[in-house]
Amino acid sequence: MLEIRNLVKRFGPLVAVDDVSFTVPKGEVLGFLGPNGAGKSTTMKMITGFLAPTAGTALICGHDIQEKPIAAKRCIGYLPEGAPAYPDMTPAEFLDFVSHIRGMSGKEARRRIEHAVELIHIGEVLHQPIDTLSKGFRRRVGVAQALLHDPEVLILDEPTDGLDPNQKYEMRKIITAMAPEKAIVISTHLLEEVEAVCSRAIIIARGRILLDGTPAELYARSRYHNAVRLGVPLGADARVTAVLAALPEVATVEEVDDGEGHALLVFPASARPLAPVIAELARAENWRLTTLRVERGRLDDVFRAVTAAQAA
Amino acid sequence: MRNIAIIVGRELTAYFATPLAYIFIVIFLVLAGLLTFFVGNFFARGQADLQPFFTFHPWLYLVLIPALSMRLWAEERKSGTIELFLTLPIRLYEAVLGKFLAAWIFAGIALALTFPMWLTVNFLGNPDNGVIVGSYFASWLMSGAILALGAAVSAATKNQVIAFVVTAAIAFVFIVAGTPVVLGLFQGWAPDRLIRAVAAASVFGHFSAITRGVIEVPDLVYFISIIAALLAANAILVDLKKAD
Repeated sequence: MLEIRNLVKRFGPLVAVDDVSFTVPKGEVLGFLGPNGAGKSTTMKMITGFLAPTAGTALICGHDIQEKPIAAKRCIGYLPEGAPAYPDMTPAEFLDFVSHIRGMSGKEARRRIEHAVELIHIGEVLHQPIDTLSKGFRRRVGVAQALLHDPEVLILDEPTDGLDPNQKYEMRKIITAMAPEKAIVISTHLLEEVEAVCSRAIIIARGRILLDGTPAELYARSRYHNAVRLGVPLGADARVTAVLAALPEVATVEEVDDGEGHALLVFPASARPLAPVIAELARAENWRLTTLRVERGRLDDVFRAVTAAQAA
Repeated sequence: MRNIAIIVGRELTAYFATPLAYIFIVIFLVLAGLLTFFVGNFFARGQADLQPFFTFHPWLYLVLIPALSMRLWAEERKSGTIELFLTLPIRLYEAVLGKFLAAWIFAGIALALTFPMWLTVNFLGNPDNGVIVGSYFASWLMSGAILALGAAVSAATKNQVIAFVVTAAIAFVFIVAGTPVVLGLFQGWAPDRLIRAVAAASVFGHFSAITRGVIEVPDLVYFISIIAALLAANAILVDLKKAD
């Protein structure tokens, strides 16, 4: 439904987006990840027709954004970075304006606006100037505007930025609920969000795609993936470490002291699951473990590893 | 057409949603009245016409119209709404025309509210109402030319104050170019063709030609082509600068 072909954007000598290609079919929520200035917003601006690409193009529902901008824009709902909205208007006036420009009128416009207002929960501020709204409400008004015409493609630039945890949860629920019917791209720098809503993630830095995969594939890239976390009584770690390190299945053992307390992290030498081996050993050796858990991996770790390697 | 109308509607509502519209209209009316009665000697002249009223319009517009046009694009760029606006399914010319027309209609409303002036002269004597209607039309055309200039300048900057000052400065040059004072500076040394060119480029010359009571094609062509050219420049500037 959304097809990005070799997008390039140069600002003078700076290459903001460097040959980015991907496709998003219906039903997919693509998380666009990257450090600040990675080219996420610039890519979104080109997809939505705000910026003309230096090279390449985007097809939205088959319409080339360069050649058929109006047809393409009709298929897109877009929340720009920072959720801009006319400060002097009320959400009601603003949604009214967008619905008319989107070709709706009369009853249909009213029905669609009511639907969006209900879905995004902005009923209570509908008649207050947008200027006076909190950041969270402003963001929601921006999302409501993007959903108004029930677009097939949704491009949301940081849809949960500035929302409190409850509102974030709500917004993610809304995105997940819409997902089956649409192709959705969201940008974010919150890694937890990828896990919460995305069916696929792309990590981009310095304008290039570094990684493209499902959240599970991302986790698998973490060095913590399949590592076993062991909580051992104080004083016992030296002995336990020695025994574990001697196992052929174990690559290394590290001591950690983090928010969860003191523990040992046991890294596997192969893809074979380590937990059963350790559990059996613990029984045999009569260790009094407080925790035994297989780590899924850490997204921020993957993110740092991938983007730092590129910067070097 | 439908999109232009929708944009005009939104823009006009935006004017009246803030005190801007009311302040503008009140100041416009007060200044127009003061200039007419005190500086223009409306009563002492003893003539039932609106010449003293219209004479000051170029100067009135010089100060007030840039205040109206400065926000047109600069505000959208500053607040980022331009990204929302231009990714809606509209064409660039619709956006440019819609914004310009809204401001022009607004200027027309302010101008129309000076109607008590017209009632006054009709009460006091028997003015040539044809000339008055023509002068109102010329005044509105002139406001359109300065608005189109202001809109183009506004598209080039994010800063409304800069938009105001630059618009006023350029408008000043175009207005004074045709005044006797400036033309006098050229007299004696410059070739006649240059003097005529300066006079022809001046807003003042074309405006006073119409307010004298003759609407001629060249004067209309002058204003309309200035507006058209500046709106084209406006569209180009928006496209060039929108992402900055």
